[in-house]
Amino acid sequence: MLDYITSYFKSELTPGSAGNMFWAFVYIVLIFLGLSVAVIAMNWLERKILAHMQVRLGPMRVGPHGLLQPIADALKLLIKEDIMPAEADPWVFWVAPLIVVITAFTVFIVVPFGPTHAVTDMNIGILFMLGVSSLSVLGVVMAGWASNSHYPLMGALRSSAQMVSYEIAMGLAVVSAVLMTSLNKEGIGTLSMIGIVQAQQAQQVWFAFKFFPLGLIAFFIFAVAMVAETNRAPFDLPEAESELTAGFHTEYSGFRWSLFFLAEYSAMIAVSSIAVTLWLGGWMRPFPNALSGETWDLVFSLVPGLAFLFLAAMTFYNTARMPKHPYFKVQTIGLGGFGAVLALIGIILFLPAVRDRIQDIFWFSAKVALSMYMYIWYRGTFPRYRFDQLMKVGWKVLLPLGIGVLVLTAVAGILF
Amino acid sequence: MAPVATTFFFYFLSALTVLSGVLVITRKNAVHSALALIVSLLGQAALYLMLYAPFVAGVQIILYAGGIMVLFLFVIMLVNIEKSQKEDQFNKQWLVGLAAAIALGVLFVLVYVKGRALFPDRAIQMPETSNTQQVAVLLYGNYMFTFEIASLLLLVAIIGAVVMAKKRI
Repeated sequence: MLDYITSYFKSELTPGSAGNMFWAFVYIVLIFLGLSVAVIAMNWLERKILAHMQVRLGPMRVGPHGLLQPIADALKLLIKEDIMPAEADPWVFWVAPLIVVITAFTVFIVVPFGPTHAVTDMNIGILFMLGVSSLSVLGVVMAGWASNSHYPLMGALRSSAQMVSYEIAMGLAVVSAVLMTSLNKEGIGTLSMIGIVQAQQAQQVWFAFKFFPLGLIAFFIFAVAMVAETNRAPFDLPEAESELTAGFHTEYSGFRWSLFFLAEYSAMIAVSSIAVTLWLGGWMRPFPNALSGETWDLVFSLVPGLAFLFLAAMTFYNTARMPKHPYFKVQTIGLGGFGAVLALIGIILFLPAVRDRIQDIFWFSAKVALSMYMYIWYRGTFPRYRFDQLMKVGWKVLLPLGIGVLVLTAVAGILF
Repeated sequence: MAPVATTFFFYFLSALTVLSGVLVITRKNAVHSALALIVSLLGQAALYLMLYAPFVAGVQIILYAGGIMVLFLFVIMLVNIEKSQKEDQFNKQWLVGLAAAIALGVLFVLVYVKGRALFPDRAIQMPETSNTQQVAVLLYGNYMFTFEIASLLLLVAIIGAVVMAKKRI
């Protein structure tokens, strides 16, 4: 048993490819926990950042600076009454949130957090991700129909039309990136997520900057399509509050609603990681070829620890700025403790043994986090599109652009 | 990694595919039929995976389960379900249908019995890694012309649909 567990350390493969069930299970649990924490953090960050963009304070009451707000919300949702409309279709109503959540989490088994840090490496990796995430629209449609109510049905119709339209533009952008992988030294293209990043490593360029500006345009198409795919602002017509109250999940409450919420954020993280893997070099640190050498390697390996120390310093600064009234005493201590935990993580990340293993995961997560920040930024700045405008952008702008980029990439691949 | 419990998964997936296929024609509610069809298609995709054809399985999921069936549901949801449920959806041709199904089944059994020599006695272990490449070589190499003709046919169908659906172009 112990031999089985330790035998994996020698292999240079992902647990799935090495066929080690134990480590595959450990990875699945870690990714699930990490995602849950990320969704909680994202919930708080989105409310805070949006609030600051609109010159508000955002949640301030539960915990220092509202840090415990997501936990309070989760508790509230768990103990809330779970209502099913009388005329609803019970089976479909029950299954819909499950489908959305399962598809949103399943895609993560091929996401490469590092050269060996993925549950498994499929040779149809990117196809698998696109396929499984395209199944999530079924859950949305089922939820809207099963509620037997007008607003959810409208939301479901909008969502299915929108997702099917944007999937095409998304697919074309992905194909042009996959085409670039066939131009590496071996001359063999790949659909595997790890293979795509390794191709970028071999060609010494992120695909976003390959064949300038072709890669950048493909990345742009994907970046627009992925916002539409996840039903986020400015393409959040399926759940447009001003028109459809809450769209397809209007009739859902309590725990089922929180499943939709969880799925939405985890789907956002999933498509962001596709974008990062295909165009932004996956787990690679910035400038691996221009700033190479041992010194730069050392400098970049210190960044994760420094980032956490910076967060800890900011937390301590805000602890010092807390109101001095005795009413805030517990909150001040709590915020100080949170800062201490961040500082401790930062110090642990400086240890050479941890530093070398954590780097890939850190850079991947940092790039995904940047993309998640963009999501919040879009929501704070762009007004919602009208439905005909949405369709026009999808079919008349992104689709021809995608075909053009695909053809030009193929031509450039032959010429250079 | 060697495949685990192949026989079990084969029968499980086959049963899933066939049972949900039966549900498609027995459910009165059209949305339930469509959902059963999705399960059936997913079962098929998993069977493709068992045949070491991951690319075909992936395309099956993206195109059929994620694309075409969503459009199916889109149309079905616009139909008034309560009204269509009261109508008698079954036309009286089940006898002919049953005869045709039995004939097809007999044909399959006959092909298997007569042409047993043509079937390999064990599943061939294809290298999973090159499936996508092999499909590409066949489509864009050996059968390039057929492939392009098929895509032309689809283009004609799309244009035809647009011409028929739109009054003024």
